[in-house]
Amino acid sequence: MTEPVTTGTEVPHGGTADKVFPPLDPSTVSPQLVWLAITFVALYFLLKKIAIPRIGGVIEERQNRIQRDIDAAERLKDEIDGAMRTYEKSLADARGNATAIARTTQEKLSAEVDRERAEVEAATAKKLADAEARIAETKRKALSSVGDIASEIAGPVVKQLTGKDVSADEVKRALTAGAGE
Amino acid sequence: MPDPIHQFEVKRLFPLEIFGVDATFTNSALFMVAGVLLSFGLLMYASRGRSLVPSRMQSVAESVYEFVAGMVRDSMGEQGMKFFPLIFTFFMFILTLNMLGMIPGFFTVTSQIWVTAALAILVFLTVIVVGFAKNGLGFLKLFVPDGVPIYVLPLVSLIEVISFFSRPLSHSLRLFANMLAGHITLKVFAGFIIMLLGAGGAASAIAPLPLLAVLGITALEFLVAFLQAYVFTMLTCMYLNDALHPGH
Repeated sequence: MTEPVTTGTEVPHGGTADKVFPPLDPSTVSPQLVWLAITFVALYFLLKKIAIPRIGGVIEERQNRIQRDIDAAERLKDEIDGAMRTYEKSLADARGNATAIARTTQEKLSAEVDRERAEVEAATAKKLADAEARIAETKRKALSSVGDIASEIAGPVVKQLTGKDVSADEVKRALTAGAGE
Repeated sequence: MPDPIHQFEVKRLFPLEIFGVDATFTNSALFMVAGVLLSFGLLMYASRGRSLVPSRMQSVAESVYEFVAGMVRDSMGEQGMKFFPLIFTFFMFILTLNMLGMIPGFFTVTSQIWVTAALAILVFLTVIVVGFAKNGLGFLKLFVPDGVPIYVLPLVSLIEVISFFSRPLSHSLRLFANMLAGHITLKVFAGFIIMLLGAGGAASAIAPLPLLAVLGITALEFLVAFLQAYVFTMLTCMYLNDALHPGH
Protein backbone atom coordinates (compact mmCIF):
# COMPACT_ATOMS: atom_id res chain seq x y z
CA MET A 1 0.00 0.00 0.00
CA THR A 2 2.94 2.28 0.45
CA GLU A 3 4.37 1.89 -3.04
CA PRO A 4 4.43 5.05 -5.08
CA VAL A 5 1.44 5.53 -7.32
CA THR A 6 2.38 4.67 -10.89
CA THR A 7 1.28 6.80 -13.73
CA GLY A 8 -0.48 4.01 -15.62
CA THR A 9 -3.79 4.32 -13.76
CA GLU A 10 -5.55 6.48 -16.34
CA VAL A 11 -6.16 3.35 -18.41
CA PRO A 12 -8.32 1.05 -16.24
CA HIS A 13 -6.92 -2.44 -16.23
CA GLY A 14 -6.36 -5.06 -13.55
CA GLY A 15 -2.65 -4.62 -13.08
CA THR A 16 -2.96 -1.31 -11.31
CA ALA A 17 -5.91 -2.19 -9.07
CA ASP A 18 -3.81 -2.45 -5.91
CA LYS A 19 -2.40 1.05 -6.25
CA VAL A 20 -5.65 2.54 -4.96
CA PHE A 21 -7.88 1.38 -2.12
CA PRO A 22 -9.49 -1.60 -3.91
CA PRO A 23 -13.12 -1.14 -2.76
CA LEU A 24 -12.98 2.42 -4.15
CA ASP A 25 -11.05 1.59 -7.33
CA PRO A 26 -12.78 3.55 -10.10
CA SER A 27 -11.48 1.18 -12.77
CA THR A 28 -13.89 -1.47 -11.50
CA VAL A 29 -17.00 0.71 -11.78
CA SER A 30 -17.97 -0.32 -15.28
CA PRO A 31 -17.44 -4.09 -15.06
CA GLN A 32 -19.07 -4.27 -11.63
CA LEU A 33 -22.10 -2.18 -12.52
CA VAL A 34 -22.70 -4.00 -15.79
CA TRP A 35 -22.81 -7.30 -13.94
CA LEU A 36 -24.74 -5.81 -11.04
CA ALA A 37 -27.40 -4.68 -13.52
CA ILE A 38 -27.46 -8.07 -15.23
CA THR A 39 -27.62 -10.10 -12.01
CA PHE A 40 -29.99 -7.78 -10.15
CA VAL A 41 -32.46 -7.61 -13.01
CA ALA A 42 -32.19 -11.38 -13.48
CA LEU A 43 -32.86 -11.99 -9.80
CA TYR A 44 -35.74 -9.51 -9.87
CA PHE A 45 -37.49 -11.32 -12.69
CA LEU A 46 -36.68 -14.79 -11.35
CA LEU A 47 -38.18 -13.88 -7.98
CA LYS A 48 -41.10 -11.89 -9.36
CA LYS A 49 -42.14 -14.40 -12.02
CA ILE A 50 -41.29 -17.72 -10.36
CA ALA A 51 -40.28 -17.74 -6.70
CA ILE A 52 -42.72 -15.20 -5.25
CA PRO A 53 -45.85 -16.63 -6.96
CA ARG A 54 -44.76 -20.09 -5.85
CA ILE A 55 -44.11 -19.31 -2.18
CA GLY A 56 -46.87 -16.71 -1.95
CA GLY A 57 -49.27 -19.14 -3.61
CA VAL A 58 -48.58 -21.82 -1.04
CA ILE A 59 -49.04 -19.34 1.82
CA GLU A 60 -52.24 -17.98 0.30
CA GLU A 61 -53.58 -21.46 -0.33
CA ARG A 62 -52.86 -22.40 3.26
CA GLN A 63 -54.65 -19.29 4.52
CA ASN A 64 -57.63 -20.06 2.30
CA ARG A 65 -57.66 -23.63 3.54
CA ILE A 66 -57.48 -22.51 7.16
CA GLN A 67 -60.24 -19.96 6.51
CA ARG A 68 -62.37 -22.67 4.91
CA ASP A 69 -61.77 -24.95 7.86
CA ILE A 70 -62.63 -22.18 10.31
CA ASP A 71 -65.81 -21.46 8.35
CA ALA A 72 -66.74 -25.13 8.37
CA ALA A 73 -66.02 -25.31 12.09
CA GLU A 74 -68.21 -22.28 12.70
CA ARG A 75 -71.03 -23.78 10.65
CA LEU A 76 -70.76 -27.04 12.61
CA LYS A 77 -70.72 -25.10 15.85
CA ASP A 78 -73.93 -23.33 14.82
CA GLU A 79 -75.47 -26.70 14.04
CA ILE A 80 -74.35 -28.03 17.39
CA ASP A 81 -75.80 -24.97 19.11
CA GLY A 82 -79.09 -25.55 17.31
CA ALA A 83 -79.15 -29.21 18.27
CA MET A 84 -78.27 -28.24 21.81
CA ARG A 85 -81.13 -25.76 21.95
CA THR A 86 -83.55 -28.39 20.57
CA TYR A 87 -82.29 -30.89 23.09
CA GLU A 88 -82.62 -28.45 25.96
CA LYS A 89 -86.12 -27.50 24.81
CA SER A 90 -87.25 -31.13 24.63
CA LEU A 91 -85.59 -31.81 27.95
CA ALA A 92 -87.51 -28.91 29.50
CA ASP A 93 -90.72 -30.14 27.84
CA ALA A 94 -90.18 -33.66 29.12
CA ARG A 95 -89.43 -32.33 32.54
CA GLY A 96 -92.66 -30.28 32.49
CA ASN A 97 -94.64 -33.29 31.31
CA ALA A 98 -93.12 -35.45 34.02
CA THR A 99 -94.01 -32.87 36.66
CA ALA A 100 -97.57 -32.63 35.36
CA ILE A 101 -97.98 -36.40 35.30
CA ALA A 102 -96.54 -36.70 38.79
CA ARG A 103 -98.90 -34.03 40.05
CA THR A 104 -102.02 -35.57 38.51
CA THR A 105 -101.04 -39.01 39.72
CA GLN A 106 -100.49 -37.66 43.20
CA GLU A 107 -103.79 -35.86 43.14
CA LYS A 108 -105.56 -38.98 41.90
CA LEU A 109 -103.91 -41.13 44.52
CA SER A 110 -104.65 -38.78 47.38
CA ALA A 111 -108.28 -38.47 46.26
CA GLU A 112 -108.59 -42.27 46.28
CA VAL A 113 -106.93 -42.50 49.66
CA ASP A 114 -109.28 -39.84 51.00
CA ARG A 115 -112.28 -41.66 49.61
CA GLU A 116 -111.20 -45.01 51.11
CA ARG A 117 -110.47 -43.41 54.41
CA ALA A 118 -113.87 -41.80 54.42
CA GLU A 119 -115.45 -45.18 53.64
CA VAL A 120 -113.51 -46.92 56.37
CA GLU A 121 -114.33 -44.16 58.81
CA ALA A 122 -118.01 -44.33 57.91
CA ALA A 123 -118.05 -48.13 58.35
CA THR A 124 -116.23 -47.82 61.64
CA ALA A 125 -118.62 -45.16 62.87
CA LYS A 126 -121.59 -47.37 61.93
CA LYS A 127 -120.12 -50.34 63.77
CA LEU A 128 -119.44 -48.15 66.77
CA ALA A 129 -123.00 -46.88 66.76
CA ASP A 130 -124.36 -50.47 66.48
CA ALA A 131 -122.13 -51.59 69.32
CA GLU A 132 -123.24 -48.69 71.47
CA ALA A 133 -126.86 -49.45 70.70
CA ARG A 134 -126.33 -53.12 71.63
CA ILE A 135 -124.64 -52.15 74.88
CA ALA A 136 -127.49 -49.82 75.74
CA GLU A 137 -130.07 -52.57 74.98
CA THR A 138 -128.17 -55.09 77.09
CA LYS A 139 -127.90 -52.61 79.91
CA ARG A 140 -131.60 -51.79 79.72
CA LYS A 141 -132.46 -55.48 79.68
CA ALA A 142 -130.17 -56.13 82.59
CA LEU A 143 -131.66 -53.28 84.57
CA SER A 144 -135.24 -54.47 83.89
CA SER A 145 -134.23 -57.99 85.00
CA VAL A 146 -133.02 -56.45 88.23
CA GLY A 147 -136.61 -55.13 88.85
CA ASP A 148 -138.17 -58.53 88.16
CA ILE A 149 -135.73 -60.29 90.43
CA ALA A 150 -136.29 -57.71 93.15
CA SER A 151 -140.09 -58.08 92.96
CA GLU A 152 -139.79 -61.87 92.93
CA ILE A 153 -137.54 -61.79 95.98
CA ALA A 154 -139.45 -59.01 97.74
CA GLY A 155 -142.67 -61.15 98.24
CA PRO A 156 -140.97 -63.96 100.12
CA VAL A 157 -138.78 -61.52 102.05
CA VAL A 158 -141.81 -59.52 103.22
CA LYS A 159 -143.71 -62.76 104.12
CA GLN A 160 -140.77 -64.00 106.03
CA LEU A 161 -140.36 -60.71 107.91
CA THR A 162 -143.95 -59.78 108.51
CA GLY A 163 -145.67 -63.09 108.00
CA LYS A 164 -148.08 -61.33 105.72
CA ASP A 165 -148.87 -62.54 102.30
CA VAL A 166 -148.44 -59.76 99.78
CA SER A 167 -149.54 -60.13 96.25
CA ALA A 168 -147.13 -59.78 93.48
CA ASP A 169 -148.93 -56.65 92.22
CA GLU A 170 -148.54 -54.85 95.53
CA VAL A 171 -144.84 -55.62 95.62
CA LYS A 172 -144.45 -54.34 92.16
CA ARG A 173 -146.36 -51.15 92.92
CA ALA A 174 -144.26 -50.59 95.99
CA LEU A 175 -141.04 -51.17 94.09
CA THR A 176 -141.90 -48.91 91.22
CA ALA A 177 -143.07 -46.31 93.72
CA GLY A 178 -139.77 -46.62 95.53
CA ALA A 179 -137.85 -46.56 92.35
CA GLY A 180 -139.89 -43.61 91.20
CA GLU A 181 -138.95 -41.52 94.23
CA MET B 1 1.28 -9.55 8.32
CA PRO B 2 -1.22 -10.45 5.56
CA ASP B 3 -2.64 -7.48 3.74
CA PRO B 4 -6.20 -6.92 5.11
CA ILE B 5 -7.14 -4.96 1.99
CA HIS B 6 -6.16 -7.64 -0.48
CA GLN B 7 -9.52 -9.41 -0.09
CA PHE B 8 -11.38 -6.48 -1.61
CA GLU B 9 -9.46 -6.50 -4.87
CA VAL B 10 -11.57 -6.95 -7.94
CA LYS B 11 -9.79 -9.48 -10.14
CA ARG B 12 -10.43 -9.62 -13.84
CA LEU B 13 -11.24 -13.22 -14.75
CA PHE B 14 -11.89 -12.85 -18.47
CA PRO B 15 -12.29 -9.71 -20.54
CA LEU B 16 -15.62 -8.84 -22.08
CA GLU B 17 -17.01 -5.80 -23.79
CA ILE B 18 -20.70 -5.08 -24.35
CA PHE B 19 -21.51 -2.21 -26.77
CA GLY B 20 -18.10 -0.75 -26.13
CA VAL B 21 -18.59 -0.82 -22.36
CA ASP B 22 -16.05 -2.59 -20.22
CA ALA B 23 -17.99 -5.62 -18.94
CA THR B 24 -15.04 -7.73 -17.88
CA PHE B 25 -16.16 -10.74 -15.89
CA THR B 26 -14.54 -10.22 -12.49
CA ASN B 27 -14.58 -12.13 -9.22
CA SER B 28 -17.18 -9.56 -8.14
CA ALA B 29 -19.39 -10.53 -11.10
CA LEU B 30 -18.78 -14.20 -10.34
CA PHE B 31 -20.10 -13.78 -6.81
CA MET B 32 -23.06 -11.73 -8.00
CA VAL B 33 -24.00 -14.54 -10.37
CA ALA B 34 -23.39 -17.08 -7.60
CA GLY B 35 -25.55 -15.03 -5.21
CA VAL B 36 -28.41 -14.87 -7.69
CA LEU B 37 -28.25 -18.59 -8.40
CA LEU B 38 -27.89 -19.44 -4.71
CA SER B 39 -30.71 -17.25 -3.43
CA PHE B 40 -33.08 -18.23 -6.25
CA GLY B 41 -32.02 -21.89 -6.10
CA LEU B 42 -32.46 -22.09 -2.32
CA LEU B 43 -35.91 -20.52 -2.46
CA MET B 44 -36.96 -22.88 -5.26
CA TYR B 45 -35.46 -25.93 -3.58
CA ALA B 46 -37.02 -25.07 -0.23
CA SER B 47 -40.47 -24.55 -1.72
CA ARG B 48 -40.34 -27.55 -4.09
CA GLY B 49 -42.88 -29.54 -2.05
CA ARG B 50 -45.47 -26.73 -2.11
CA SER B 51 -47.04 -28.59 0.78
CA LEU B 52 -49.82 -27.26 2.93
CA VAL B 53 -47.89 -28.41 6.00
CA PRO B 54 -44.44 -27.06 5.20
CA SER B 55 -41.20 -28.98 5.58
CA ARG B 56 -38.41 -27.34 7.57
CA MET B 57 -36.80 -25.89 4.46
CA GLN B 58 -40.12 -24.67 3.14
CA SER B 59 -40.98 -22.94 6.38
CA VAL B 60 -37.60 -21.16 6.23
CA ALA B 61 -38.40 -19.90 2.72
CA GLU B 62 -41.89 -18.88 3.88
CA SER B 63 -40.47 -17.16 6.96
CA VAL B 64 -38.14 -15.05 4.77
CA TYR B 65 -41.05 -14.24 2.47
CA GLU B 66 -43.34 -13.32 5.38
CA PHE B 67 -40.55 -11.35 7.06
CA VAL B 68 -40.08 -9.08 4.02
CA ALA B 69 -43.83 -8.97 3.31
CA GLY B 70 -44.42 -7.91 6.92
CA MET B 71 -41.79 -5.20 6.57
CA VAL B 72 -43.46 -3.88 3.41
CA ARG B 73 -46.97 -3.99 4.92
CA ASP B 74 -45.90 -2.37 8.18
CA SER B 75 -44.15 0.55 6.52
CA MET B 76 -46.24 1.13 3.37
CA GLY B 77 -49.54 -0.61 4.04
CA GLU B 78 -51.26 -3.01 1.66
CA GLN B 79 -50.76 -0.71 -1.35
CA GLY B 80 -46.99 -1.06 -0.89
CA MET B 81 -47.24 -4.74 -1.79
CA LYS B 82 -46.82 -3.91 -5.47
CA PHE B 83 -43.22 -3.06 -4.60
CA PHE B 84 -42.80 -6.35 -2.78
CA PRO B 85 -40.90 -8.09 -5.62
CA LEU B 86 -38.40 -5.22 -5.74
CA ILE B 87 -37.97 -5.07 -1.96
CA PHE B 88 -37.70 -8.85 -1.75
CA THR B 89 -35.03 -8.78 -4.49
CA PHE B 90 -33.04 -6.16 -2.55
CA PHE B 91 -33.23 -8.21 0.62
CA MET B 92 -32.34 -11.55 -0.97
CA PHE B 93 -29.55 -10.04 -3.10
CA ILE B 94 -27.85 -8.21 -0.24
CA LEU B 95 -28.40 -10.95 2.34
CA THR B 96 -27.01 -13.67 0.07
CA LEU B 97 -23.98 -11.61 -0.95
CA ASN B 98 -23.29 -10.61 2.68
CA MET B 99 -23.51 -14.24 3.77
CA LEU B 100 -21.41 -15.52 0.87
CA GLY B 101 -18.76 -13.02 1.88
CA MET B 102 -18.62 -14.60 5.34
CA ILE B 103 -17.13 -17.78 3.88
CA PRO B 104 -13.32 -17.52 4.18
CA GLY B 105 -11.62 -16.76 0.87
CA PHE B 106 -14.87 -15.61 -0.73
CA PHE B 107 -15.32 -12.16 -2.21
CA THR B 108 -17.76 -9.76 -0.53
CA VAL B 109 -19.59 -7.90 -3.29
CA THR B 110 -21.35 -5.61 -0.80
CA SER B 111 -17.99 -4.24 0.38
CA GLN B 112 -17.63 -2.49 -2.99
CA ILE B 113 -18.77 1.12 -2.79
CA TRP B 114 -19.80 1.14 -6.47
CA VAL B 115 -22.17 -1.73 -5.92
CA THR B 116 -23.82 -0.34 -2.78
CA ALA B 117 -23.94 3.13 -4.36
CA ALA B 118 -25.66 1.75 -7.44
CA LEU B 119 -28.21 -0.06 -5.27
CA ALA B 120 -28.83 3.08 -3.20
CA ILE B 121 -29.19 5.23 -6.34
CA LEU B 122 -31.64 2.70 -7.75
CA VAL B 123 -33.74 3.14 -4.60
CA PHE B 124 -33.38 6.93 -4.79
CA LEU B 125 -34.48 7.09 -8.43
CA THR B 126 -37.35 4.67 -7.79
CA VAL B 127 -38.56 6.93 -4.97
CA ILE B 128 -38.43 10.02 -7.21
CA VAL B 129 -40.12 8.33 -10.18
CA VAL B 130 -42.84 6.72 -8.05
CA GLY B 131 -43.27 9.90 -6.01
CA PHE B 132 -43.93 12.13 -9.04
CA ALA B 133 -45.93 9.44 -10.88
CA LYS B 134 -48.22 8.96 -7.88
CA ASN B 135 -48.55 12.49 -6.59
CA GLY B 136 -47.41 14.76 -9.40
CA LEU B 137 -46.08 18.00 -7.93
CA GLY B 138 -47.76 16.98 -4.68
CA PHE B 139 -44.65 14.92 -4.10
CA LEU B 140 -42.87 18.18 -3.22
CA LYS B 141 -45.02 18.34 -0.09
CA LEU B 142 -42.39 15.94 1.23
CA PHE B 143 -40.20 19.01 1.80
CA VAL B 144 -42.96 21.06 3.43
CA PRO B 145 -43.95 19.36 6.66
CA ASP B 146 -47.37 20.12 8.11
CA GLY B 147 -47.76 22.27 11.20
CA VAL B 148 -44.46 24.14 10.86
CA PRO B 149 -44.65 27.93 11.53
CA ILE B 150 -44.18 29.92 8.32
CA TYR B 151 -41.06 31.79 9.55
CA VAL B 152 -39.04 28.60 10.07
CA LEU B 153 -40.47 26.85 7.01
CA PRO B 154 -37.64 27.84 4.63
CA LEU B 155 -35.07 26.48 7.06
CA VAL B 156 -37.03 23.26 7.64
CA SER B 157 -37.54 22.80 3.90
CA LEU B 158 -33.84 23.32 3.28
CA ILE B 159 -33.02 20.68 5.88
CA GLU B 160 -35.60 18.32 4.36
CA VAL B 161 -34.10 18.80 0.89
CA ILE B 162 -30.57 18.21 2.13
CA SER B 163 -31.65 15.12 4.09
CA PHE B 164 -33.52 13.80 1.04
CA PHE B 165 -30.52 14.16 -1.25
CA SER B 166 -28.08 12.75 1.27
CA ARG B 167 -30.18 9.60 1.58
CA PRO B 168 -28.38 7.63 -1.18
CA LEU B 169 -25.07 8.57 0.41
CA SER B 170 -25.90 7.27 3.89
CA HIS B 171 -27.88 4.39 2.43
CA SER B 172 -24.92 3.12 0.42
CA LEU B 173 -22.15 4.02 2.87
CA ARG B 174 -23.86 2.24 5.77
CA LEU B 175 -23.86 -1.13 4.00
CA PHE B 176 -20.45 -0.62 2.41
CA ALA B 177 -18.71 0.55 5.60
CA ASN B 178 -20.21 -2.16 7.78
CA MET B 179 -19.13 -4.95 5.47
CA LEU B 180 -15.72 -3.42 4.80
CA ALA B 181 -14.91 -2.74 8.45
CA GLY B 182 -16.08 -6.15 9.57
CA HIS B 183 -13.96 -8.00 7.07
CA ILE B 184 -10.88 -5.87 7.76
CA THR B 185 -11.28 -6.47 11.51
CA LEU B 186 -11.56 -10.20 10.99
CA LYS B 187 -8.49 -10.25 8.76
CA VAL B 188 -6.43 -8.13 11.17
CA PHE B 189 -7.26 -10.30 14.18
CA ALA B 190 -6.63 -13.46 12.20
CA GLY B 191 -3.28 -11.93 11.17
CA PHE B 192 -2.41 -11.41 14.85
CA ILE B 193 -2.68 -15.15 15.46
CA ILE B 194 -0.14 -15.92 12.76
CA MET B 195 2.18 -13.10 13.87
CA LEU B 196 2.11 -14.22 17.52
CA LEU B 197 2.67 -17.86 16.62
CA GLY B 198 5.51 -16.86 14.30
CA ALA B 199 7.17 -14.77 17.03
CA GLY B 200 7.51 -17.87 19.23
CA GLY B 201 8.04 -18.05 23.02
CA ALA B 202 5.78 -16.00 25.28
CA ALA B 203 4.12 -14.31 22.30
CA SER B 204 2.93 -17.69 21.01
CA ALA B 205 1.34 -18.38 24.38
CA ILE B 206 -1.12 -15.47 23.95
CA ALA B 207 -2.01 -16.43 20.37
CA PRO B 208 -5.32 -18.00 21.53
CA LEU B 209 -6.53 -14.55 22.62
CA PRO B 210 -6.95 -13.12 19.09
CA LEU B 211 -8.35 -16.53 18.11
CA LEU B 212 -11.13 -16.04 20.66
CA ALA B 213 -11.62 -12.51 19.36
CA VAL B 214 -11.91 -13.81 15.79
CA LEU B 215 -14.50 -16.31 17.00
CA GLY B 216 -16.57 -13.58 18.63
CA ILE B 217 -16.20 -11.15 15.73
CA THR B 218 -17.21 -13.86 13.26
CA ALA B 219 -20.44 -14.40 15.16
CA LEU B 220 -20.96 -10.64 15.28
CA GLU B 221 -20.28 -10.35 11.54
CA PHE B 222 -22.95 -12.93 10.76
CA LEU B 223 -25.35 -10.77 12.74
CA VAL B 224 -24.16 -7.65 10.91
CA ALA B 225 -24.48 -9.42 7.54
CA PHE B 226 -28.15 -10.11 8.29
CA LEU B 227 -28.77 -6.80 10.02
CA GLN B 228 -27.37 -4.67 7.20
CA ALA B 229 -29.50 -6.50 4.64
CA TYR B 230 -32.47 -5.84 6.94
CA VAL B 231 -31.58 -2.18 7.50
CA PHE B 232 -31.04 -1.53 3.79
CA THR B 233 -34.40 -3.14 2.97
CA MET B 234 -36.19 -1.38 5.84
CA LEU B 235 -34.89 2.03 4.74
CA THR B 236 -35.91 1.25 1.16
CA CYS B 237 -39.44 0.59 2.46
CA MET B 238 -39.47 3.85 4.41
CA TYR B 239 -38.17 5.90 1.47
CA LEU B 240 -40.75 4.32 -0.82
CA ASN B 241 -43.41 5.09 1.77
CA ASP B 242 -42.44 8.76 1.37
CA ALA B 243 -43.06 8.37 -2.36
CA LEU B 244 -46.52 6.91 -1.70
CA HIS B 245 -47.48 9.27 1.14
CA PRO B 246 -45.41 12.47 0.82
CA GLY B 247 -47.63 14.39 3.26
CA HIS B 248 -45.86 12.78 6.25
